[in-house]
Amino acid sequence: MIFNLTYKAFGERAILVEWPAKIDALILKDIIRFKTTIQENNIKSIVELKSAYNSLLIIYNAVCRNFENEIILLKNMYNSSDSEPVILSRLWKIPVCYDASFGIDLEAISMEKKLSKADIIKRHSQTIYTVYFIGFLPGFLYLGGLDETLHVPRKSTPRLKIEKGAVAIGGYQTGVYPIESPGGWNIIGNSPVAFFNPKTNPPCFVNAGDKISFHSISMNEYNDIKMLSVAGVYQLESEVIHD
Amino acid sequence: MFTNWKVRLFMIKILKPGFYSTIQDAGRFGFQAYGVPYSGVMDIYAASMANMVLGNDENAAVMEMTMTGPTLQFDCETIICLSGADMSPMLNNVPIQNNRAIHVAKNAVLSFGKLKNGFRGYLSVSGGFKTDSVMGSRSMFKGVTEQYFIAKGDEIPIDNYIEALVKKNASIKMNYKYLQSKNIEVFKGPEFDKLSKNQQHILLTQEFSISKDNNRMAYQLEQPLENTLDAIITSLVLPGTVQLTPSGKLIVLMRDCQTTGGYPRVLQLKESAMNIMAQKFMGNKVSFKLV
Repeated sequence: MIFNLTYKAFGERAILVEWPAKIDALILKDIIRFKTTIQENNIKSIVELKSAYNSLLIIYNAVCRNFENEIILLKNMYNSSDSEPVILSRLWKIPVCYDASFGIDLEAISMEKKLSKADIIKRHSQTIYTVYFIGFLPGFLYLGGLDETLHVPRKSTPRLKIEKGAVAIGGYQTGVYPIESPGGWNIIGNSPVAFFNPKTNPPCFVNAGDKISFHSISMNEYNDIKMLSVAGVYQLESEVIHD
Repeated sequence: MFTNWKVRLFMIKILKPGFYSTIQDAGRFGFQAYGVPYSGVMDIYAASMANMVLGNDENAAVMEMTMTGPTLQFDCETIICLSGADMSPMLNNVPIQNNRAIHVAKNAVLSFGKLKNGFRGYLSVSGGFKTDSVMGSRSMFKGVTEQYFIAKGDEIPIDNYIEALVKKNASIKMNYKYLQSKNIEVFKGPEFDKLSKNQQHILLTQEFSISKDNNRMAYQLEQPLENTLDAIITSLVLPGTVQLTPSGKLIVLMRDCQTTGGYPRVLQLKESAMNIMAQKFMGNKVSFKLV
């Protein structure tokens, strides 16, 4: 699908490309396709690409003398019909312990939504989420697909400290805090998996365009996986998705 | 904290930490797609000046000192240079000057006095600071580097000093004027054209003062700008992006800023304007000039 894109200079050495302003899996797919095409063209002056829901930022290694030329090049790349790159995305199966000692807001959500805790966990872990992009914190995934019955507003007063690995719900979004951080989301569990590791390259195993599913584990399993994960030997389950 | 050094490096010992000091180099590039901020020195001009005077690589890691400098002791002979804010530096209680190569004897103590101008000072040492390099950079950042600020008692490794290898550039002329400049050169941000003509006019003519909320992540400005724009769905930002919040606060993103943001982006600072901004503190005035 070809969208009507806008191209704008963003500062001295970046170009912002924008898709229609909505959260849409087709737009994500098109962004990833364009991003991959640019990467495959191996243009030396392009040093970094990053994307969000409906935008792609192309960052150059030096001040752009002629944005119009760069934009024409990009438009050609986007529109060329023979650029159908092979995109390998994966589905990552993320273990989550929803024990009450981690899921400190489960009780409140259960009351508010008139759902049992088991129901909340079931609804949270039966969805396959789409990774739209990584932002906010190193390794923080913006996931789409949260069950509508689990939409809970952010807390009016954010907590000063949320544990690393906390699995949380904020509005229509769910996510995992990759590092300790302040935050206003409702915490329902914790994952022993490291979503950000500055000692590995790349520092995140997940990429924009991948999928995530959560499955419930016991406290014992949590402790076992945590130990393996800290030692750097935990093998996370994943499969290649063809779509 | 730095226990994994195979070769013993020379150290600088922190006797007093000052207000807020970190080690920074040019920054951490190539990881924006993973949500990792660039970090890096806030005032690139001053930091590269401090390195160039010593003949260092211009991106060598330096110590960035905010508002009040630390007190530190060298366990070795070396050559240093200070640049950026004038914090009344003293070596063994004798005043020294910024932007000069200064020989430091073993056990000498570097301290700072009154902040005379600017807000961020830079200390370079011959060969650079040698703290851990993580993801291609020594720039300290919480969650990425194990240590993320300099504390009392820290021993910070620096490069071995070999006099014969030092290339000094004693004759570099420093431009000090930017430390006093109020003019922040900007480009239109992606949402600039959505502002009304009146909002655009105010943004580009009014003086704004720096609020108490200013740090390596962002500078908030005191005077609000009436905001009638809709929120945007989370999009991409860069250091130098000026965001407009729903309550009308203007926020200038700095080097440690997040990679994404959901507020309209009304302006984008020219890279050289980032250096001017980095030297501002609470109460200072700035005005935006479209280039």
